[in-house]
This record gives sequence, C-alpha cells and structure tokens, in this order.
Amino acid sequence: MTDQTQILEAAPAAPSAWQRIKDSHLWHSFTRDRVAQISLAIFVLYAVMALFAPAIAPYDPYDPSQIDILNSEIPPSWDEAEGDENFWLGTDAQGRDLWSTILYGTRVSLMIGLCAVALQAVLGICIGLVAGYFGGRLDSLLMRLADVQLSFSTMMVAIVVLAVFQATFGTELYQDLAMIMLILVIGIAEWPQYARTIRASVLAEKRKEYVDAARVIGLRAPRIMFRHILPNTLSPILVISTVQVANAIIAEASLSFLGLGMPVSEPSLGSLISSGFEYIFSGSWWITVIPGVVLVALVLVMNLLGDWLRDVLNPKLYKG
Amino acid sequence: MTTMTEQHPQRVVQAGGETLVEVENLYKKFSISGDFLDQLKFRGGKIVREREFVHAINGVNLNVQRGEALCVVGESGCGKSTVARTVMGLLSPSSGAIRYRGERIDNLSDRQLMPYRRKMQMIFQNPYASLNPRMTIEETLQEPVRLHNPQWSATEVRDKVHEVMFSVGIDPSWGERYSHEFSGGQRQRISIARALAVDPEFIVADEPISALDVSIQAQVLNLMMDAQEQRNLTYLFITHDLSVVEHFGTRVAVMYLGTLCELAPTGTLFAQPRHPYTQALLSAIPRLEDDRPGHIKLKGEVPTPVNLPSGCVFHGRCPYANERCQREIPQLIATDGGGMVACHAVDEGRI
Amino acid sequence: MALLEVKDLEVRFGLRSGEVKALRDINFTLNRGERLGVVGESGAGKSVLGFSILNLLSKPGYIAGGEISFEGRNLADLSAEELRSVRGNRIAMIFQDPMMTLNPVLTIGEQMVECLLAHRKISKRDAREIALQKLKQVYIPSPETRLDQYPHELSGGMRQRVVIAIGLLMDPDIIIADEPTTALDVTIQAEIMELMLELCERNNVALILITHDLGVVSQVTQKTIVMYAGRIIEQGPTKEIINDAQHPYTQGLMNALPQMALPGQRLNQIRGAMPPLQRIPTGCAFHPRCNYVMETCKHNLPGFTRSGGCQVACHLVAEMKREEAAQKKAEEV
Repeated sequence: MTDQTQILEAAPAAPSAWQRIKDSHLWHSFTRDRVAQISLAIFVLYAVMALFAPAIAPYDPYDPSQIDILNSEIPPSWDEAEGDENFWLGTDAQGRDLWSTILYGTRVSLMIGLCAVALQAVLGICIGLVAGYFGGRLDSLLMRLADVQLSFSTMMVAIVVLAVFQATFGTELYQDLAMIMLILVIGIAEWPQYARTIRASVLAEKRKEYVDAARVIGLRAPRIMFRHILPNTLSPILVISTVQVANAIIAEASLSFLGLGMPVSEPSLGSLISSGFEYIFSGSWWITVIPGVVLVALVLVMNLLGDWLRDVLNPKLYKG
Repeated sequence: MTTMTEQHPQRVVQAGGETLVEVENLYKKFSISGDFLDQLKFRGGKIVREREFVHAINGVNLNVQRGEALCVVGESGCGKSTVARTVMGLLSPSSGAIRYRGERIDNLSDRQLMPYRRKMQMIFQNPYASLNPRMTIEETLQEPVRLHNPQWSATEVRDKVHEVMFSVGIDPSWGERYSHEFSGGQRQRISIARALAVDPEFIVADEPISALDVSIQAQVLNLMMDAQEQRNLTYLFITHDLSVVEHFGTRVAVMYLGTLCELAPTGTLFAQPRHPYTQALLSAIPRLEDDRPGHIKLKGEVPTPVNLPSGCVFHGRCPYANERCQREIPQLIATDGGGMVACHAVDEGRI
Repeated sequence: MALLEVKDLEVRFGLRSGEVKALRDINFTLNRGERLGVVGESGAGKSVLGFSILNLLSKPGYIAGGEISFEGRNLADLSAEELRSVRGNRIAMIFQDPMMTLNPVLTIGEQMVECLLAHRKISKRDAREIALQKLKQVYIPSPETRLDQYPHELSGGMRQRVVIAIGLLMDPDIIIADEPTTALDVTIQAEIMELMLELCERNNVALILITHDLGVVSQVTQKTIVMYAGRIIEQGPTKEIINDAQHPYTQGLMNALPQMALPGQRLNQIRGAMPPLQRIPTGCAFHPRCNYVMETCKHNLPGFTRSGGCQVACHLVAEMKREEAAQKKAEEV
C-alpha cells in the first residue's frame, strides 16, 4: 500500500524549455547586467558581420581583378580632401577596400579562434575527464604532461613550429595551409587550460552520490563520464571557452603580426594590422588603426562576457 | 509514552534462514600518504618510503539473511558506510571476501558484475546529491531499466518506469521535471524508485533518512517497509539513529572503529545490550521520557583509525577494561539471546 | 520584567520572485535563567528567528515589523556600537558548525584572548587566565595544551565545547544555540547537552535552543515553541507539549517518531511536506496536511487559543474550547 495522498498532490505542468531559460539565474542576471547585454549585442554584430561578409562587403578582397593599385592608400571617406566615397574606410597599400578587408579579416580571425578553441576543448575535455575520473597514476602522468606543456609559452611553441614548418616546406605551401596550421598550433598548445579546469570539476563531481548511483546501476566508465559527469561541468567549460576564444584570436593576431600567420592575400585582422604598420609613419594610419580598434573591441567584449559568465555561474572556479 | 522493546511480531527471521550476502573477514584501508613522491621521507640519513593508512574496516564478519533488515549502527568514522560501499563493489576490499548466494563478487570485473547489479541496489544518504541534476526524473529512472533489459521496447521501458514511480508515490506525470524541483523527501522517493526499477532482491541503504525532516523520515521508512513486504526485499540498512533501528531492524550490528562489537536480534539488543559500547550508545538516545536515567559517560574520545589501539579497540574508553583487553583482540562469541558479542569481559563473565 | 521580549516580529526576504514572509506574528518572552526550545522542521524559520534576535540577518532578509526588547530596551533603537556590545557581551550565539565560529588559522587561545580584549580592558595575561577557566568549565581535558592548538587538531565534540567556552567568555545572559549537536554523534550529543544544561543552571543563563529534535528539547528546556512555515503554532511548558500536544502538527511530529509505533509496524506519518515560503497556503498553513481540516481552516488564519498552559494556533482546538466552555455554562445553568 502506498501513500496515495502524495500522488494526488496537484502536479503543475512541467515548464517548457523557454520557461526554464526565463526562470534561470543566468537569464535573470543577464536582464540586469547592462555590460553583458551590450557585450553580447556587439559580439552578435561581429558574428553577423563575419558570417555574411560576402553579402555585406562591397568588394571581394580575395579577387585580384577587383583591386586597382592606383587606389592604394586612400584615406577614409570622412577625410574631405582625399577621401573617396567608394571606399568608406579607405584602402590599404595594395588598393583593397579596407571595410571589405576588415569584414573578411574578422571572418578569418573568428574562424581560427573558434576552431582552435573547439580543438582545445575536445582534447582538454577528454584528457581532463580521464585524468579526473580514473585518478591515480594516469592522472599524475597526464597532469605532469600538462605542466610541461604549460611551462612553454604558447607563443614560443607556435613561433618555433610555424617557423620550422615555413623553412622546411617553403612559403608557398605554408600560405596554402596557414589557417589549418594556426588552428592546430593554437589548439594543441592550450589544451592544459581545459584539462585542468575539467579535472578539477570532475574531482568535485565524482564525490557526489549520483556518480556512485550510476556505478551501482552498472553503467560503464565512458557513459558515466560523458553522460553523467560532463553535463555537470558545463558551466566552467562555458566560462573558459569565451576567454579562450579571445585568447586564441589574440594569439593568431600576434603570430600574423610577426609574419607567421595568415598571408597578405587572405588577411586576418592581425595580418592587416601588420601590413599597415609599415605605412603608419607615412601618414596612412588607418590601415593599422582601424583593424586594430576592431580587434580590440572584439577581444574586449569576449572577455567581458567571460567575466560575467564566470561571476554568474561559478565565482570560485577559474580566475584566469 | 513508553518505548516498545518486545519481540517483533511479524518480522522475526526464520532460524537457519538462507544467507544472501556474506561478508567474510573484511579489511579495508585507505592510504593517506599521497602519491609515490610524497611517500618518500628522509630519515636518519636515508631516504625511506613511508605510507600511512586509515584502517576503516578491520576484520568484519557479517551475513545477511534473506528477507531480513540487518541494521549496521555506529558513530561517524566507525566504518559502517565503508562496509556498505564495499558490499556494493564501489570500493574493493584490502582483504577478505564478499559473497552473494555463495559466489564471490568482490574480485569480479565490471562486466562480470552486471548480473549482480540488477539483484543488488543501493539507496544513498543525500537526496540532493544522489540524483543527477542535469537529467529529468524520467531519464534517471529509464537508464537502469534500459541497461538491464536491452531487449525491451520504449513502451515497455516507460510502463515499467511509471509502475515504479507509482509504487513510491510519485506522480508519473512529473517525469519531465528535474530533481531540483522536488523536495528532499520526494527526491529520496525517486532515489528508491531508481533502486527498485531493476527489481532487485537486496538493497543497501546508506543512511537513507538522516538528511530528512522528522515527518518525512516516517514517510520514507514506511515506504521502505512497504517495498520490503511487497517485493520480498532484503535490506542492509546503515544508520546512526538507534530509534530507527529499533523500529526497522530485524537484527542489529554495532560497529566501533572498524570492528563489529555486537550482533543481535533487535529486541534482544535493545532489551539486553551486552557490549559496554552498545550500552553507552543506547543510553545516549534522547528520549521523550522525563525521568530518564542518566546516560553512561565514556571517557576520552574515539581514537584515530590511523593508529589503531592494540587488543580490543574499545579498551581505552571501556569502564571494564583489564590487561587482557589491551593485549588480545576479542573474538565474537555467542550469547544466550541469540546474538554475538566481541568482549573479553562478557567472555569472562565480568559483565 | 522579562529578559527578552519579542513582540509581533515579522521578517521578510526580498527575493526576485517577490517578497516572502519568513516569520510572522512571533511573540514570546524569555526570563532570566529560563531555557526555551524552538522546534520545527527545516524551512520552518527557526534559524531565522535565532538570527533576527541578534539582528544578524544577511542580505535579502530584514526585520519588517515588531520589536525585540532586551532588558526593556528595544534593540532596534540601539546604536551600532551598543548593539555590538549586546551581541558580544550579553547574548552569545552557538552555531551548528563549530567552524563558523572558529577561525582555522588562529589557535584556540588566540581567539579567546582576542575576543576578551575586544570587549574588556584587561591585560593579555588575565585574558588567558579567564580563557583557561572557561575551558575548564566545559570539561576540556588538559586545557593548557588546548589553548595553543588549532581548531583542526580537535575532534568535533571538542570543537563544540570550545565554541561553548567562547560563548561563555563574557558571562552572557542569553545563549542562542542553533542546532548545536546536529553534526555530532549521539554519545557526544548527550554529553554536550548535559554540559549546556549544567552551565545554564549554574550561571543562571537563559538558553534558546533551536533544534529539530524533540527528544533533546524534552530533556533540556522548560518552555517550547513549535514553528511551522514561519509561524508559531504552539507554545507552552515543555512537559505539557510533550505529554499532551494540542496542535495536530505537533501531535503528528511526535507520533511520527519511530518509538511511537510498534516495531515493524508502519509509522504514523504526516502526509505531504512543508510548503516553501513562496507558496504558503491561505488560512492555516498546515491545513493541506491536517487530518482534522475544517472549512474555516482553509480561509482563516487561526488565532491563539489558551489550552492549559499552552497557546495553540488551531481552529479545531479553539472550537473544542468553545464547546467545553458552553457545556460548562450549560451545566452551571
């Protein structure tokens, strides 16, 4: 005989997914945090610009037939003396429309940032889960490996690898594979960030009884790790991801600035800044400054979003 | 308002009942010295490897009879939860054996354990941690059913889940909700439902009601007793609450510092506790009576399980301890009430 | 004059889903040397009551009405400095978790001396002497060595003893103990309770014991308050409440104890669970779980009825008393 009265308690309908989001702490603090709202709006704007670059841009900067060297170094259109209303933000040293080039460059930068972080995340999550869940010697080994990796700075590893690759296989092949190489290098160099964060939260989650309950049911380790533990470590993953995307974009820009990044024919924001740098003293400041501002704004909003997420989701984890 | 300590009317285990689970000479120690590098110490000009252990269980023998509720009581740190987790295979014993219907199960692989997983289930202490917060109730309950009945169709699985939810008093239409939307008592019902979902015959319950409020404790205890009656369950019930044991247990095992002090039928134990520790423990229960004799005060504190006392682990606090107690570890001896006690003083007729 | 008097106290929490009343209509008095038990399940508001007496409520919670007077002075009228001196000197608080009071990086002696020096103008040597005395009072073995130990070197029971000793440092008039033994084992719980009883009796200290354990209350206190969903539903002498509870909830709570049923039989459970503060039912908050529910219970908040030495907030008890009175009158006629 069971306690029927309990069953007869009024059971309100389960809230819909949208209702759940609206009731969540995340949504609530978002509606109150002006900085987060503006940051997200700007980030969405960037994403739209990157996604629809071919549709928005008046020129195709990758198409040599649209470039006229005679149009080089035209200042932005608000410069009444020399500006040209066909080129809103002016042109670069090769005569490309700067606005179009920035749109395409944002696309490249974001692409590299997101893909590199996706690679970091996959590596880091798998390694972190395994280390945290199984513990013992495997854990010690993987974490010492992460320490070794972290003791080399990302930039140093990237510079060495990219420079060696360029020297061995020649500039031409390098230029073809530049984007993939950048994603690989930045992705592999930064996995310990993820692995450590994940491992820490796996260690915390593993002690909770629902993990024991899953083991008692007879579930196998991979299912427990991915189905039960991983969803409960999503908050730190989300926080770390926003910050890591920003870091990856910066890393790519730095490498491009050093001439180890994207080729001039397919510029990212970083290589655009780099290419304009030679002309900054001859008065053509816009080639460097405008993409620079665009890059700084992008990285800034991503960091602000990351900070906000960190404060909302878990103030204790990951102050990086 | 007196307390009932008579023989249990309908829950007496038949003598010579079939043994379902057997714990044989179980030892479990945990290293607290960190990894290999931390263990290296510099002593007297030499590098030596030093390891320290917490001795959580030290030679426990128990057998659970089919159909009974065997309660294990003791204070925090006495190893009762470790016994539960070792029986369930969540920890592997340092030495000794766990047998289920005569088959050894403590050295099996995960795969070999699968058939036992559907016969042995566990209910956990903390209803707020034992349910995965990212899974709905329906998902939580379907998982074990699917795993153990891979040939079942989706409808069969759902029907089974709804049946179990109904039997623990949870409205099946609440299945789409997440655990945080439920109160502690409801979560514990869901936790019980998860254990019952695979139709087990043996359930280990590790302090299942100590995190709940008094009025909810009664509901959950009733539910567990109903389930036992309907499904012929056998319980290994871990708790620190002696008033619950008195009500719920068929037999009681009292543990102190990783060893078994006394094991007796509930009525016998409460009417006539033999071991000095059991006596102290029973006298400390806060009762509603006003004219209660004062509780037995024990001297000192529970020693650390890192450096176990020699002989009887209780000798340092025992009012009856003599030189033999310091030297010799007492073995379980049978008493007239049908129980067993590990005490030299009882053996020598001093108590 | 009562030592502590609480009148119509109301505490609210400003949550984002709106304001909720965590405590309503709280009225009680505490005399010098009296021991009062506050019983209830989690969420009944018993801890909030303890915190609001010292005005220690944290952020979303605030005192929305009523007054708390200590020795006839309304605590709300005191300056921050005066309040601090009442808090430290006259009313001490003991929490469930000893580590809430103890600082893990200071030795026991340092903490006790610091506490004394903050409130009194005495030398360090004297302060240490007083600390030692207090540790002896709570029967801590070898108190001299304990003074120089850190909290983590002590067992749970010892820590709680130290916390009690710290509470006693200023010779307070009231000790508020919020579930002081819940985290401890039964044998240690019994020792600590006995110790508190002895200390209160010897020093004529009043005690407010907040707990969920009716057994503990019955052994230690003289008066008892039973709380449900932020309201007092029954208060009176402990003996009367334990032996002859009037409110159906108090009865249910008592009957749900395992020792109240025959071994192996079903326990007498109360159905359902206490509602969260956001969804307190209209009328009597207990009515959805009550076996004796009447129509009026669903709509009208019950007032207090005197029954023996107790005050009970229940329509049924009120009705029974009315009938009794009517019967008496009829008999007289």
